[in-house]
Amino acid sequence: MASFSLRWLALFSCGVWPASAQETPLAITGAQIISIAGETISRGVLVVQHGKILAIGPADTVKIPVGAAVLDASGKVLMPGLVDSHSHIGAGTGGDGSSPIQSDVRVLDSLDVRDASIRKARAGGITTVNVMPGSGHLISGQTLYIKLREARVIDDLLIKLPDGTAAGGLKMANGTNSIRSAPFPGTRAKSAALVREQYLKAQEYREKIKRAAGDVEKLPPRDLALEELVEVLEGKRIVQHHSHRADDLLTVLRIAKEFGYKVVLHHLSEGWKVAPEIAAAGVACSVIMLDAPGGKLEAREFDWSTPAALEKAGALVGFHTDDPVTDSRLFLRSAAFGVRAGMTRPGALAALTLANAKILGLEQRLGSLEVGKDADFILLSGDPLSTYTHVEQTWIEGRKVFDRARPEDHLYAVGGPGAGNPQRAHLCCFTSAGDLLAAANGANQ
Amino acid sequence: MKTSSRLLSAFALGFLTSALVAGAENVAVIGGTVYPVSGAPLKNGVVLIRDGKIAAVGPAATTKIPAGYRTLTATVVTPGLIDAHATVGLSGILNQPHDQDQIDKSASFQPELRAIDAYNAKDPLVAWVRSLGVTTVNTGHSPSALASGQTMIVKTFGRGADQDVLNPAAMTAVALGRNGLTAAEVVPGAGAPSAKAPGTRAKAIAMLRTELIKAQEYGKKREGKDETKRPAHDLRAETLLRAFSGEQPLLINVHRQQDILSALRVAKEFGLKIILDGCADAPLVLNEIKASGFPVILHPTMARSSEDAENLGVETAAKLRAAGIPFALQSGYESYVPKTRVVLFEAAIAASNGLGFAAALATITLDAAKILGIAARTGSVEVGKDADLALYDGDPFEYTTHCIGTVIAGEVFADGSR
Repeated sequence: MASFSLRWLALFSCGVWPASAQETPLAITGAQIISIAGETISRGVLVVQHGKILAIGPADTVKIPVGAAVLDASGKVLMPGLVDSHSHIGAGTGGDGSSPIQSDVRVLDSLDVRDASIRKARAGGITTVNVMPGSGHLISGQTLYIKLREARVIDDLLIKLPDGTAAGGLKMANGTNSIRSAPFPGTRAKSAALVREQYLKAQEYREKIKRAAGDVEKLPPRDLALEELVEVLEGKRIVQHHSHRADDLLTVLRIAKEFGYKVVLHHLSEGWKVAPEIAAAGVACSVIMLDAPGGKLEAREFDWSTPAALEKAGALVGFHTDDPVTDSRLFLRSAAFGVRAGMTRPGALAALTLANAKILGLEQRLGSLEVGKDADFILLSGDPLSTYTHVEQTWIEGRKVFDRARPEDHLYAVGGPGAGNPQRAHLCCFTSAGDLLAAANGANQ
Repeated sequence: MKTSSRLLSAFALGFLTSALVAGAENVAVIGGTVYPVSGAPLKNGVVLIRDGKIAAVGPAATTKIPAGYRTLTATVVTPGLIDAHATVGLSGILNQPHDQDQIDKSASFQPELRAIDAYNAKDPLVAWVRSLGVTTVNTGHSPSALASGQTMIVKTFGRGADQDVLNPAAMTAVALGRNGLTAAEVVPGAGAPSAKAPGTRAKAIAMLRTELIKAQEYGKKREGKDETKRPAHDLRAETLLRAFSGEQPLLINVHRQQDILSALRVAKEFGLKIILDGCADAPLVLNEIKASGFPVILHPTMARSSEDAENLGVETAAKLRAAGIPFALQSGYESYVPKTRVVLFEAAIAASNGLGFAAALATITLDAAKILGIAARTGSVEVGKDADLALYDGDPFEYTTHCIGTVIAGEVFADGSR
């Protein structure tokens, strides 16, 4: 097991940190480093300070700063913290059953930072997550991008944009999940019409604001729902779009093109059928890997070859857990299944990290091990694509948030009595795992 | 040697088309490593298959492949995998009302419902699990009612229930804890459950005991000397009586420790043969399970931890093994996506979490066969057993390894390298 020089052991293991970000440089030595940004380094050094990467490279090229703490990670594999571009950890909620379009609703206002699912995600090596509302709406709300730092309150998890707001996307869906009884749409064409109508309203709203030119008298009344769509139209918020069937995927492309917004496709059960069209549109994809097809009509022709087909066609491909649909602790497995079905190894590893950072618009900050980026990294016991490999440590911005050697962390890594939630008030209305899943995917609650 | 075996293979392939009609063909499977499970792994091994049975197992150097045998080559050869508890073939791939036959919600106690009357051998999920090495499943009604129905043991040929069945009435599915309560699961399109009870754990046990007593009394009356006083046949009671005799044990789904103990209490009271199913809380009551002598068909390693199964863990398999409790792994029942799990993957996670390769492989082959009572037929690569094999291009538990073929009683399935 990796160990710190004694001087720092107490400080690190107690998790006692200065109020400001990590002051003393930390050098992780001896590990094979998969930086994602460049070639794999067989025995590399990573130096981090103030939560950022200070230096990275082969042992003989990186100077370890005087006074740096040293973590000997010989025999381990070091790679960027995993980025999950679609998850439901933290027991968050989105829109309710009152209408199919609820862009004013924020996951931010519902997340439980103490939920066991967040600890489990850290155990899976996940450091950044796009927490999504469900897919039972055409627009189910604003998603939230979070860092899985040690947290007391939701603010501790946020990723702040330069303007001070919390980073996040907008969740949209088409296909059967959002087709329900009125006032929800009853068909696919109706779904598309409702969405187009809403974006036209947003365009007009934006036009009115523009015409007012700052004159308070002429400004339209504030509309929370349209404000968010204006952010989408202006490229400040990426649409994260649930879609399974080939025709539904193409509908997403069509509407995004009409209104000129940036969209990422999610799930893509039938992505393998329309990979060239997706790649030609320049649209990124966040793919789920499942143990079997089926479970809903649209996943009947789910196939492991989707990420390989998309990669070959030239599309940007990421993976996601859709936790609880797949377990955050087994996120590495998605990449391995991608390789199993023909994806390249570098492509599959990027799909867990840098590609997902791009999908969230956070690639300037994270997703690869490069000087200046956030010091988010994981230590693995071996090859990231092997069944027998375990995530041993997870670090976020230079701080260790998971260590398999700590009994309390080990419990969340493997489960067992005590690893659940002591009370699940948020599950008051569900009676089985199936209901929970259905709820996560937007079924009537 | 290589050329000749390739020629042989080409020759055999031509012959294969007609042979398939008859089902089994004569096959030689050459494995870089053959894991018989019943014994030590064999490097460069050969398995000869004649008339659907294993005719010989031995080192390639000394095991002569007779002329006319079709040859298959794989890096790793294991016994065909056995899924000790599934609902595949009943809970269809589409998850629409018309293909969900794993639960009838009209009543909460229906042990008389037979799996063989619902099993759809043509459901694509049967072919899916077969394509990953599964050759035998114990499948049937889901743990979604106090007594939901029976299970059957079936080979995954995909022909039909009657042709493929090994045991048409293997176990009777009982569920305690939340799974067994009336509102346990919303079935797509099935509406609200019409049964009102059981609504609590205590009520569930009271109902179960009442039914068992009824069955006991029915059994006594049926044996009465005066034929005219014998009661009319009662399918439900007769099903339960087979749990008294041990012929068709109760498969009791339990997760919470208090429910595990309830199952053991009822079994003891009535002298029943039972098999514990699920058992997320098993680590809390290992001594009690061990003392009962009953085996466990453990929850899928990667099952979602929620509700009653909140305490499940990936190391529970290793803990059962350390305690000396006989157990097998299962794919279980999935109400949503993915619609089935695959025991190959569940065992892989157990293997990497303390169980180790050999024991993990046994949980989905020979150990499962023993619990299902079919070890004389399948579960290991031994002379005289059914020629059920799975072929891989590497360590079967590695995520990046492919299952390149499956053999069931000598019939070769190439569902595509998956």
